[in-house]
Amino acid sequence: MSFSQMSIRQLQQSLRDGKTSSVELTRACLERIAVTDARVNAFVTVCDESALAAAAEADRKLAAGEGGLLTGIPIAVKDIFNTAGVRTSCGSRILENYIAPYDATAFAKLQQQGAILLGKLNMDEFAMGSSNENSANGPVHNPWDLERVPGGSSGGSAATLAAGQAYATLGTDTGGSIRQPASFCGVVGIKPTYGRVSRYGVIAYASSLDQVGPLAHSVEDAALMLGVIAGYDPADSTSVDCPVPDYLTGLDGGVKGMKIGLPREYFIEGLDSAVKQAVEAAIEIYRGLGAEIVEVSLPHTDYAVACYYLIATAEASSNLARYDGVRYGVRQQAEGGLSGMYEKTRAAGFGDEVKRRIMLGTYALSSGYYDAYYLKAQKVRTLIREDFLKAFEQVDLLLTPVAPTAAFKLGEKTDDPLQMYLSDIFTIPVNLAGTCALSLPCGMDGQLPVGLQLIGQPFDEARILRAAQAYETETDWHKQRAPLD
Amino acid sequence: MKITREEVEHVARLSRLALEETEIDTLTGQMDQLLDYVEKLNDLDTEGSVPTAHAVPMENAFRADEIKPSIGLERALQNAPQSEESCFVVPKIIE
Repeated sequence: MSFSQMSIRQLQQSLRDGKTSSVELTRACLERIAVTDARVNAFVTVCDESALAAAAEADRKLAAGEGGLLTGIPIAVKDIFNTAGVRTSCGSRILENYIAPYDATAFAKLQQQGAILLGKLNMDEFAMGSSNENSANGPVHNPWDLERVPGGSSGGSAATLAAGQAYATLGTDTGGSIRQPASFCGVVGIKPTYGRVSRYGVIAYASSLDQVGPLAHSVEDAALMLGVIAGYDPADSTSVDCPVPDYLTGLDGGVKGMKIGLPREYFIEGLDSAVKQAVEAAIEIYRGLGAEIVEVSLPHTDYAVACYYLIATAEASSNLARYDGVRYGVRQQAEGGLSGMYEKTRAAGFGDEVKRRIMLGTYALSSGYYDAYYLKAQKVRTLIREDFLKAFEQVDLLLTPVAPTAAFKLGEKTDDPLQMYLSDIFTIPVNLAGTCALSLPCGMDGQLPVGLQLIGQPFDEARILRAAQAYETETDWHKQRAPLD
Repeated sequence: MKITREEVEHVARLSRLALEETEIDTLTGQMDQLLDYVEKLNDLDTEGSVPTAHAVPMENAFRADEIKPSIGLERALQNAPQSEESCFVVPKIIE
């Protein structure tokens, strides 16, 4: 059986038919991690023993005809999710010894459906980054080309799939942190609508933008995962109490008559020619499948990165105030009493990018600058959100590239924060608008995957999944495998 | 210059970050560049635009005031760098 050419549903069927066992699948994943992860560095913690014990238990349930949608399927989650009893370090030195005291809701829901936790995945520190180079655990390497970045901040969540180490993962997306790595690593990733999935137990970066979502080998697997984790959670008062459709039913409904908008501001100079060609070819496939293609405008697109870096950093500066060396984390001894300890603990515990964002955010919120920066950005956010709502009066969904280029080289942008931030230019507006989007493989730039972004109306994940499925059925991009022995 | 070295030092104090001299130098240049970039927001007329704090229009989320089980002392303290009895211990704040 070749790895992951089977969908999770097919795999579950073969587990239930006794053709394979969860212990066998889990052991194969752990072996693959052992063989490849010294080069990829996707995992920060591997839970060998507990995974095999859980797999044995899953096999008992499967034999008894019990279990849920994911019973026996090996998965892994970004190290930003609290996982009770397991180290949860969020890519940071300041949390390197932190053992989660409870489970994040999204992870708990996967476990309730029987998923097997292989371990915790590498990420940019506190989810701040676009290349996974800001991790206290070292960078993740892209399995398609080990000299290149996997994208960020959920770099481990995407790279582990491309390396054939796991069947599905969870990530988080604040400005593109699921979609951009999914694109760079040639897998499917969904950023659901803000409020669709509970953020309870997910270490906060920018609370009005953060959202949890799945990454997977196919649209169907991603739809299955989303169905499991979505829904209202009383423990997250920003989660929205609206019905979760069955994302698998209707997945094959096709795109005939669907109106797909192309925002002209996303097809600009600076868009790499290979990416442009791949996306244009995808547009032709949609046309051939009976979708109507319409040009639309999102006029404030060019302001999104500036708007994001004020709002996200302001929220981060507030959220990260909690790392003070008192209740958890690594404390530094220092002169100067309590504040001396705070200042030393934070200076030693945070990496450069996290410090830069805390500083920028603190400045934007500080006395005399609040109106000029933070309030101004919030007003611009309204204009960006209204752009999307107006576009959705004309079309059912939007189609764009995920990123201006395929995966860039390690070290290429580390000295220039602004260039790094601009690599998220096509993903950030969706977080500001709070709506949903997904990334799916749509071509290659030489040996590197290229991703297609479908942006949906708020809480209309079902439609972008259906459109993604229609494309995937017509193409073989998602079946390509990274050349990693 | 959008931001001076002195302002960066002030923001570092507000942020409770004991930064090295070289970090202050680097951050002064980088923050200046970033603040220059975000200046482009001033091209836009936002007069009459209501600020968005949250993408989903939402009223307050109320819940019943009921006592429910909580995490418990042991787990709440398990990650503390220093604890004693049922308390977090911090450096002395009053001489």
